[in-house]
Amino acid sequence: MTARIGVVTFPGTLDDRDASRAVRLAGAEAVELFHADADLKDVDAVVLPGGFSYGDYLRAGAIARFAPIMEKVVDAANGGMPVLGICNGFQVLTEVHLLPGSMIKNEHLHFICRDQTLRVENAETSWTTEYQDGEEIVIPLKNQDGQYVADDYTLDQLEAEGRVAFRYVGWNPNGSRRDIAGITNERGNVVGLMPHPEHAVEAGFGPDSREAGRMGTDGLAFFTSAIKGLLATA
Amino acid sequence: MATILVHVMPKPEILDPQGKAVGAALPRLGFEGISQVRQGKRFEITVDGEVTDEVLANVRTAAETLLSNPVIEDVVQVKVVREGGCGCGGHGHGKAEKDLLA
Repeated sequence: MTARIGVVTFPGTLDDRDASRAVRLAGAEAVELFHADADLKDVDAVVLPGGFSYGDYLRAGAIARFAPIMEKVVDAANGGMPVLGICNGFQVLTEVHLLPGSMIKNEHLHFICRDQTLRVENAETSWTTEYQDGEEIVIPLKNQDGQYVADDYTLDQLEAEGRVAFRYVGWNPNGSRRDIAGITNERGNVVGLMPHPEHAVEAGFGPDSREAGRMGTDGLAFFTSAIKGLLATA
Repeated sequence: MATILVHVMPKPEILDPQGKAVGAALPRLGFEGISQVRQGKRFEITVDGEVTDEVLANVRTAAETLLSNPVIEDVVQVKVVREGGCGCGGHGHGKAEKDLLA
């Protein structure tokens, strides 16, 4: 069996091609999903990629969450299907209330584009089982509205339940509360993060690694984690 | 035709990076005595016909579902401006303005 992982394209999505490529490099079939179709095409998992859906008008992800495909994504996520939201996809997941909190403009207002070190804080989600707890990874980060905010009660709850999936290491690039780069839901099947694992999946096109320039592939294990989990339950 | 104004502001406890940047720029331009700026959004929604309670309830629901995100923003004002009103609320040429604080 080959796992089928859907990648959603909204108007203004930029990273759907890279996300599909990451899915294929990890060993699954990438299935194109379109915002206007209320059809998940029998996929086993869904990736909401980065970009600027609907131009980030109103709020990042605010309009995309009402796209017909999202109703299906929410139902599937509530049923346990692995869903990964990257950058704008993370923003969509918070707007549609699959994940708590929200993103606001970076504290310093600058658009940030850099190779970012993260610590994996929860290696038991559907998208992180191929990492170790506490492992540090380097993947690209590129955003303007990346400052994760939530009230203290929500933040305390996320911490207590181990639902902070990733934290920024070395430098907090956007002022996110408690250095949070990504979170997961109670069940661990829905994960959202601002940095971009799909841009760090192929040697020669990734971030600089300790060994050589552009050789970093630390993002690939997001996708192999999901595939391994899907095949184990198939 | 009537216009309904919806004002959305970042919650007081949420840092407002844009407002902060504007606030920092003002003294540089010589505007003194301004201690804080917070930046929100104003929506002007035009509706056909009378603004009934139902229409208002619809707009209020829209304000709370799409126009604002309750995690980071508050709907601070929903205000009806009857036809002919400009919505400024300040110099009395709106024929009948109703303030409907959310």
